[in-house]
Amino acid sequence: MVKTFGEFILFLQSMLTRTERVKILWQRTLDEAILIGIDSIFIVMIVSAFIGAVTCVQIAYNLTNPLIPKSTIGYMVREMTILELAPTITSIVLAGKVGSSIAGGLGTMRITEQVDALEVMGINSASYLVLPKILAALLMFPLLVILAMGLSILGGYLAGTLSGAMSASEYVEGIRTDFIPYNIAFALIKSVIFAFLVSAISAYKGYFTKGGALEVGAASTGAVTNSIIAILLADYVLAAVLL
Amino acid sequence: MIEVHNIQKAFDGNQVLKGITCTFASGQCNLVLGGSGTGKSVLLQCIVGLMKPDIGSITFDGTTFTNNKVQIRQEIRRKIGMLFQGSALFDSMTVFENTEFPLKMLTPDMSREERRDRVEFCLKRVGLENAGNKMPSEISGGMKKRVGIARAIAPNCTYLFCDEPNSGLDPATSIKIDELIYEITHEYNITTVVITHDMNSVVEIGDHIIFMHKGLKLWDGTKDEILGAKVPELREFIFSSSLVRAAKKVDDATEGGLEALASEPLSEV
Repeated sequence: MVKTFGEFILFLQSMLTRTERVKILWQRTLDEAILIGIDSIFIVMIVSAFIGAVTCVQIAYNLTNPLIPKSTIGYMVREMTILELAPTITSIVLAGKVGSSIAGGLGTMRITEQVDALEVMGINSASYLVLPKILAALLMFPLLVILAMGLSILGGYLAGTLSGAMSASEYVEGIRTDFIPYNIAFALIKSVIFAFLVSAISAYKGYFTKGGALEVGAASTGAVTNSIIAILLADYVLAAVLL
Repeated sequence: MIEVHNIQKAFDGNQVLKGITCTFASGQCNLVLGGSGTGKSVLLQCIVGLMKPDIGSITFDGTTFTNNKVQIRQEIRRKIGMLFQGSALFDSMTVFENTEFPLKMLTPDMSREERRDRVEFCLKRVGLENAGNKMPSEISGGMKKRVGIARAIAPNCTYLFCDEPNSGLDPATSIKIDELIYEITHEYNITTVVITHDMNSVVEIGDHIIFMHKGLKLWDGTKDEILGAKVPELREFIFSSSLVRAAKKVDDATEGGLEALASEPLSEV
């Protein structure tokens, strides 16, 4: 465990030494941003909209006390979405999609000697291959989380009003009640930390793949599992420290 | 010239290289010959810096590579071209982009037009002038090797390393790849090191041959001397080759034997 952590730190360090020219790094980061961000929009939209909808319906189902105003449903959907569901669930979804893609891609490059080909050319393969992925993840995760927040609240609105659980005005009143802007900042800080964990852990697992196709699959699985565990641990630590 | 001095490498106590000392001459096709598991590929990886030897040193034209400063190692590496066993082409790039890649990365001063001209020249040199837009998944194993060679020579490499260039190829394509490596070596005065266990390559391109067995260098010499070598392991290796056995039969029946066979055009072999 300690050895693995040490190797992980050295891996991150090697990525930051002998970096490529800024122009190449920027171009590579944009390419990766498309793969990590743009290509993930659809799944994030679907997941976040339905999570908002389900959250709304379930809160409405449990909120039977006539003394509690219906607008509380909107308030609770907003708080749950911003504080927890949008950053954490989106990052877990991205750990599955992006994490496995990063680990699988790098693992395949490793076993087919493409990483060695870069090294022989005198290119720092960790810097060329991994740094843009991490930068792109740091850039795209917060944007996807913002999208998820909006769609989740919209999903809750549609589910609540279409099912007749509450009126549109009650929902809107709820989501405007006691709004704390810091919660948005907290969610974005979480998304940046999660982005780093998912991209760095997945890259580490893929970059050091040894063997053949089976090991690439194992690296992908390991990347997703470890990323999710890291997200959940970091989620607790951040909540304890920042809230 | 590449000088390898007393290279030793062990994995988990298993000594794979047991003190290899040899020289690879400039402008020649140097072959490292040996059976599977004799440490040829480990030696190659130590020379190009993909693996660090436990003991020993490697010098490229007088400049020490092993344990030298990162900048100096980088400078040497930028003069190295390598053809990998599986070609190691970048899957996400076309043939043209693969060939252009080292130029883009290593020669920032080169204009886009200069790069295009150089890539077109290299692809033409390896006979792939019409394959630039193809993806690696769309071309054959032999073509991949050609692209690998084009990519290796694109930045005007001084040293060319080929790890089993014939693996996975049919005999006719193997000979063509060997010929291409040989021609390029002599045309551009490159120091070429080819790792092989193929006796066809020895006959075709072996200017200088090193024979390895169980992590040791047992013999070195030229392709003209190899058939007369007295090292039992080498003789066993040579005469386990179907080509040599066939040539011996020809030798018994015709004048010239193996030499005659090797000098004939490919279509007649």
